[in-house]
Amino acid sequence: MTSKNVHVKIDEMKTNAGLIKNLELSIGKVINDNYTEPMGPTPMPSVTALRDWDMKLLTKYKPFYMPDCDSCCLCTFGKCDLTAGKRGACGLDIGAQSSRIVMIACAIGSACHTAHSRHLVHHLIEKYGRRYPLDVGGLNVKVEAPVSRLVTGIKPETLGDLDDILTYTEEQITQILATAHTGQEANNLDFESKAFHIGMVDHVGMEVGDIAQISTLGYPKADPEAPLVKLGIGSVDRTKPVIMCIGHNVVPSVGIIDYAKDTKVDDKIEVVGLCCTSHDMTRYYTRARIVGPISWELRFIRAGLADVVVLDEQCIRTDVAEEAAKTNTPVIAASEKNCVGFKNRTNDSTDAIVEDLVSGKVKGVLVLDPEKVGEVAVRVAQAVAPIRKRKNVLPTAEEVVAIAKTCTQCKQCQRNCPQDYFIPAAMKAAAAGDLSKLTDLYEVCIGCGRCEQACPQKIAIHSLIVKAGEKSMECEDNLCRSGRGAVSDVEIRNVGSPIVLGEIPGIVAIVGCSNYPKGGKDVYDIAREFASRRYIVVLSGCSAMSAGSYRNSEGKTLYEEFPGGFEAGGVSNVGSCVANSHIAGAAIKVANIFAKRPLRGNYEEIADYIHNRLGAVGLAWGAYSQKAAAIGAGFWRLGVPVVVGPHGSKYRRMLLGRKEDPTNWEVLDARTGETVNVGPTPEHLFNVAETKEECIVQIAKLCMRPNDTWKGRAGKLSHYIDLHKRYLGVMPNDIHLYIRTMADVPITMKDEIGKILEANNWKETIIPDPTLLPRMVRKMK
Amino acid sequence: MSCEPWQCAEIASTKKANPIQKPEIAVAMIKKAQRPLLIVGSNVTERWMEGKQAIEYIIDLANASKIPVVATAHMVGEFIKRGYTPAAFWNAMEISQRVGDPTWMGLDGKGHPDLVIYVGMPYYMEALILAGLKHFAPDLKTMTIDNMYHVHASWSFPNASLEEWAANLKVMTSKFSGGN
Ligand code: SF4
Ligand code: SF4
Ligand code: SF4
Repeated sequence: MTSKNVHVKIDEMKTNAGLIKNLELSIGKVINDNYTEPMGPTPMPSVTALRDWDMKLLTKYKPFYMPDCDSCCLCTFGKCDLTAGKRGACGLDIGAQSSRIVMIACAIGSACHTAHSRHLVHHLIEKYGRRYPLDVGGLNVKVEAPVSRLVTGIKPETLGDLDDILTYTEEQITQILATAHTGQEANNLDFESKAFHIGMVDHVGMEVGDIAQISTLGYPKADPEAPLVKLGIGSVDRTKPVIMCIGHNVVPSVGIIDYAKDTKVDDKIEVVGLCCTSHDMTRYYTRARIVGPISWELRFIRAGLADVVVLDEQCIRTDVAEEAAKTNTPVIAASEKNCVGFKNRTNDSTDAIVEDLVSGKVKGVLVLDPEKVGEVAVRVAQAVAPIRKRKNVLPTAEEVVAIAKTCTQCKQCQRNCPQDYFIPAAMKAAAAGDLSKLTDLYEVCIGCGRCEQACPQKIAIHSLIVKAGEKSMECEDNLCRSGRGAVSDVEIRNVGSPIVLGEIPGIVAIVGCSNYPKGGKDVYDIAREFASRRYIVVLSGCSAMSAGSYRNSEGKTLYEEFPGGFEAGGVSNVGSCVANSHIAGAAIKVANIFAKRPLRGNYEEIADYIHNRLGAVGLAWGAYSQKAAAIGAGFWRLGVPVVVGPHGSKYRRMLLGRKEDPTNWEVLDARTGETVNVGPTPEHLFNVAETKEECIVQIAKLCMRPNDTWKGRAGKLSHYIDLHKRYLGVMPNDIHLYIRTMADVPITMKDEIGKILEANNWKETIIPDPTLLPRMVRKMK
Repeated sequence: MSCEPWQCAEIASTKKANPIQKPEIAVAMIKKAQRPLLIVGSNVTERWMEGKQAIEYIIDLANASKIPVVATAHMVGEFIKRGYTPAAFWNAMEISQRVGDPTWMGLDGKGHPDLVIYVGMPYYMEALILAGLKHFAPDLKTMTIDNMYHVHASWSFPNASLEEWAANLKVMTSKFSGGN
């Protein structure tokens, strides 16, 4: 049920009693029940309401734990050594501890998104009022908040309604965090279920934030033709003062852009962004620039390109202030979540703050009023740029050679580099005057700076790499499609049938951060491979930026080469982190709009539908964050498989099916109630791909679903076999597990596959109306 | 040669790999095993020694020792290109989950491996897998023949240069080929 505060504001009213001025009145809550759909079984599910569903998935996909740490030090009983079956002082074993860490990571991620959304909603309600109507895509989007409707049973219509939804997510985050206390939850599978729960909640939190900002800030609304915006360091006009915003919360950036426009200096300054803030900046203002993913922070600052750095929240290097100080770049912290130790100047006069920053009297300030941030940032950038003169800390090419000569080849840098890159070899070559190996490192370096931390010679290794890559850096002038937001109902209607029948071979959602094992080009290659094969490709966050950072042989970026719709062969960018909710939302809308499954508070049935019918796969090739863990967990609970790159192994738990075990793959045929083995479709719920090549093959395989028609399955198998041969060099060895009838066999491969089937004692089986829920059988009879 | 974890923060609590100080020791242990298995990861085409990729050394070792090889990632094609057909190919997590399950009957269905040897995965990923096996399959013996010390294995070579690695692999191969 939706409830609303009644809030009356009267600026001036003449009555018999006299003149009333500035009257504000709030009266409790009134029930609004425009949402006529009957309530499903699990509105606002508690921590255990969907536990049975989770356990079904966790029986099919068993946790494979890889503890990143042998001990636990969460309480003063510890440190406890949990090696190989030993229990801690509280009785906890390493399985439960590993799953507890997974759950905590997901809870942190979920808290981040919900807190971000809470800030947005508060701020926007303050600015526009509680009754401001939500508009995610006009008449094209009638199901405006599929995740929230599904989970909470609320159909939000105004900003004020979002407030109520967030109250639910905040409560769940608190409940889940409480279970991590010493001596609470004891069982690993229950921790897993709780991780799923908080992942589901995370998608609600994200959805709230994104629909709030879409509705109020004039973002593209479910627009497949959202504008193409500039991307890359080379796209920044360095003759102008540059304001660089880092983080995820667009509110301070809006303050900057508005001030620049109001004072008519918007064409005299550059407002650029790093990480998801930049996506949202371009959704607000197409002249903003996306510099790149999180890993571009150090290179941009050290190259002296920022005249002012503005920090909001999430995924910001915690040494930005120190780095910026080296290039005389003032820093403005603009979020309560990241005060950076600066003095709170929110209530000081703008003139005083500007003066202190421009004179260098202070290196940074905390300003929690976004409008004041806007004025300070613009004025400081204009005043500081001529003084700073792009001061940078990059050595000259000659200095690189001289510095490289001080390297002792101790290899500490390589041992501290998360990617294990051959830095000493690059140093040796540089010392001999050959910078090419350092330039190669520029292309793949994630800019973490860990190498420098380990160098006993105090060599600024990353700066050397950036200097060697400077020419490439200056050529980074590409295009990204501005975040489109939701997928429209029309698009869902157009693709619903071909997806569910398997005729569109799959939806590949490439999301998350930039902890790539070998640079961002892999993301481009993967996206392009699937778009060319007419899968639906959806991107978000740093992955959407990396995908736009390369060009094809005709010089076109991915977003120019492929249309921006949610369609076969489309490549769309939904937007920033919080926009990931639209990907889950699209899956939910297929079940609701196309298949007409009830939505409201009906989580289990919709997840069962998605799991068994919708060939969607999430890929987080460079996932590093707790937020990415939470996003993944939200997909797991919907039964959507997620693949991560090799660094994703550090999430320390996979969810793996065992394809050779037939009992693992039994579903109920909703028509008859019979148990049918549908094969490993999909084989895993969470797995690592070690290389790009393996990743491509794994995604194609994970797109198969029990519901595929024979035509759809034959198409999916052709892609799987073709990609397997191309990238792994051999025929797959498990094709027999995916063939139910001879009609599933791709037409050109009848002979070859016939022999394989014979050798594996293959037997024909039926294509059921698949479900994991016994109650769905009764319903369908 | 150092027995510090190659990636510095990859530390262990109370159960740390025994260092293999000489390749002959590794050979003796492999020879003693009834059902060894060699799992080869994607870095074997990334590492070059004496102008050859590490995969070439592994092929020589596999041919000499007859240890069944499981190729992970996309390495199966790389092996076949070089004229060697591995016994199987799997995703790294899939095969590791199976070797950690005592009821799994091996590639040939005839028995669980009693020694699982890892080589050539990204260091951090191999370390995590070995940690998983250390905790959840404490009876399984694991070994790495990388040139990087893996603290979570049962036995590991210490950190060594690429040249030393090549030398170690060559000595191992020669011992299996009947050398002294
Ligand atoms: S929470 Fe349990 S395992 Fe961890 S330190 Fe405390 S007593 Fe030990
Ligand atoms: S900055 Fe680059 S080279 Fe240095 S440790 Fe990080 S990834 Fe490795
Ligand atoms: S840590 Fe420093 S001195 Fe040692 S190899 Fe690396 S760059 Fe050279």
